[in-house]
Amino acid sequence: MATEALVAPAARRGRIRLRPSTWWQPVVVFFGLIGLWDLIALYYDKVQQLSFLVPYPLQVVEVVFAPKALLKPGQVAPNPSFLSQLLDALGKSTTVALTGLAIAIVIGVLWAVLMAQAKWAERSFFPYAVILQCIPILALVPLIGNLFGFEFNSRVIVTVMISLFPMVSNTLFGLQSADRAQRELFTLQGASRWTTLTKLQFPAALPSIFVGLRTAAGLSVIGAIVGDQFFQRGTPGLGVLIYVSNSRLNGPGTFAAIITASLLGVAVFLLFGLIGRLAIGKWYDFT
Amino acid sequence: MTTTAPSPSVTGTAPGTLLDFRNVAMQFPNGTIALRNVDLTVNRGEFVTVVGPSGCGKSTLLRIASGLEKASEGVAEVDTDRIGYVFQDATLLPWRSISKNVELLAELHHMPKAQRAAKAQEAIELVGLKGFEKNLPKQLSGGMRMRASLARSLTLEPELFLFDEPFGALDEITRERLNDELLRLFVEKQFAGLFITHSVSEAVYLSTKVIVMSGRPGSIVERFDVPFPMPRDPDIRFTPEFAELVGEVSHALREGHS
Ligand SMILES: Nc1ncnc2c1ncn2[C@@H]1O[C@H](COP(=O)(O)OP(=O)(O)OP(=O)(O)O)[C@@H](O)[C@H]1O
Ligand SMILES: [Mg+2]
Repeated sequence: MATEALVAPAARRGRIRLRPSTWWQPVVVFFGLIGLWDLIALYYDKVQQLSFLVPYPLQVVEVVFAPKALLKPGQVAPNPSFLSQLLDALGKSTTVALTGLAIAIVIGVLWAVLMAQAKWAERSFFPYAVILQCIPILALVPLIGNLFGFEFNSRVIVTVMISLFPMVSNTLFGLQSADRAQRELFTLQGASRWTTLTKLQFPAALPSIFVGLRTAAGLSVIGAIVGDQFFQRGTPGLGVLIYVSNSRLNGPGTFAAIITASLLGVAVFLLFGLIGRLAIGKWYDFT
Repeated sequence: MTTTAPSPSVTGTAPGTLLDFRNVAMQFPNGTIALRNVDLTVNRGEFVTVVGPSGCGKSTLLRIASGLEKASEGVAEVDTDRIGYVFQDATLLPWRSISKNVELLAELHHMPKAQRAAKAQEAIELVGLKGFEKNLPKQLSGGMRMRASLARSLTLEPELFLFDEPFGALDEITRERLNDELLRLFVEKQFAGLFITHSVSEAVYLSTKVIVMSGRPGSIVERFDVPFPMPRDPDIRFTPEFAELVGEVSHALREGHS
């Protein structure tokens, strides 16, 4: 009877691991870029005589891990050390980013669910998602600052505003992605709106929700850094550290903070990609 | 059997009309006329197949029968609330295992967990998918997915089974095998069937009655009774009588089309 071949699930196993021929290519590029950076630093140091603008890669490592190496005779090491300032700032920015992201997820999903209920609801509320996306955040800074202070809350608000749109649009797209026959299958059984939402639309939306989540996660880091530079009071995050290091002509420190911020963005992006794969990778090829 | 049905007959094989279309017409809001003057009955114990050119309104016919669409004219009566609907695609939910997919309809009807699991298991065995309960749909072949889709409908023990070209996307061998399975289920479960297909030989092989529709707007141009007894011997496909009937139906189809 059931003699049709069972397709081996092994076919997709390869995609979790990196394919063997690809891992070293980015590594080569990495060292190439470091080399290029070193050359540029050399140019700024020897030709332009402005070494603080582009520090050597080694100096960036040193400012973080071996600050004594950079001290000129008679200079004292900063207290607290740059490394602990950097870690503090990283912690603050991560908190802001994840708080903002969490709020964006909740608002974004609820907003999309609302719009998925009826065409008129979508027509009424979607334009506002687009408008939100178009507002130059900078224009709102004084307003947000006046209303919510120049500390944590305002940074989170900026983060939410920046990362909300991909959550809303991807969730909405996902909720509408169940095909007509699947929906009719539920209709034929007299399934309620809520049942259809929870048993059909929402699971069907998960792949695009995770795509949106990954994008929103990357944006939330941007939001946290940008918010940090807008609202400079309260405990400083990476944005403030970049700003302060730069204004003190601390080239290595500026670069270290920028790189840390970038790594945070990449880490968050990868983390949510991984979560997505764990959550739905079994039935959906999430890449 | 059902308690709601006003039908006087209570046994599955007893005569009794499950589906009755009288002068049904369908015009969509955009003006497209899909059906015209359709008179059609499906009685208990009957397996009625509809063939017709693409776009003539066959799916619309089923959608009206299932209640998904309302006829714009005429009377469309269905005398049971236990209707099975098998779509052209298997329409399995990719995140659910086969057994969870088969349980879905019973779940939507709020059947207790243990009971629906037992029902699903029974249906899975009936369609020959035992051993694949834990698999995800994407791990099965197209034919097996269609079996799962059949099993899913079987859990509701439908009295009237509507099929919208369920095997159209399958290869010839798989299709013939599923035809035999379907006939076995028909004999065993005694549901009435209304089946849509593009394949004339499939139509003749499966059914007790073949209905030929004209091109759009679809109306019925000819009806054939299929005399071969049930349960059907797969080898009747190779008899001259079978070939002759297939020829007649094909001829009517071509006439109606032009
Ligand atoms: N909701 C709708 N609104 C307007 N026109 C429709 C609608 N649904 C179907 N039609 C039209 O009605 C006609 C019949 O459609 P239907 O799907 O019933 O055809 P069919 O016989 O099932 O075709 P096929 O064999 O290709 O599946 C087609 O011309 C189609 O475009
Ligand atoms: Mg159709």
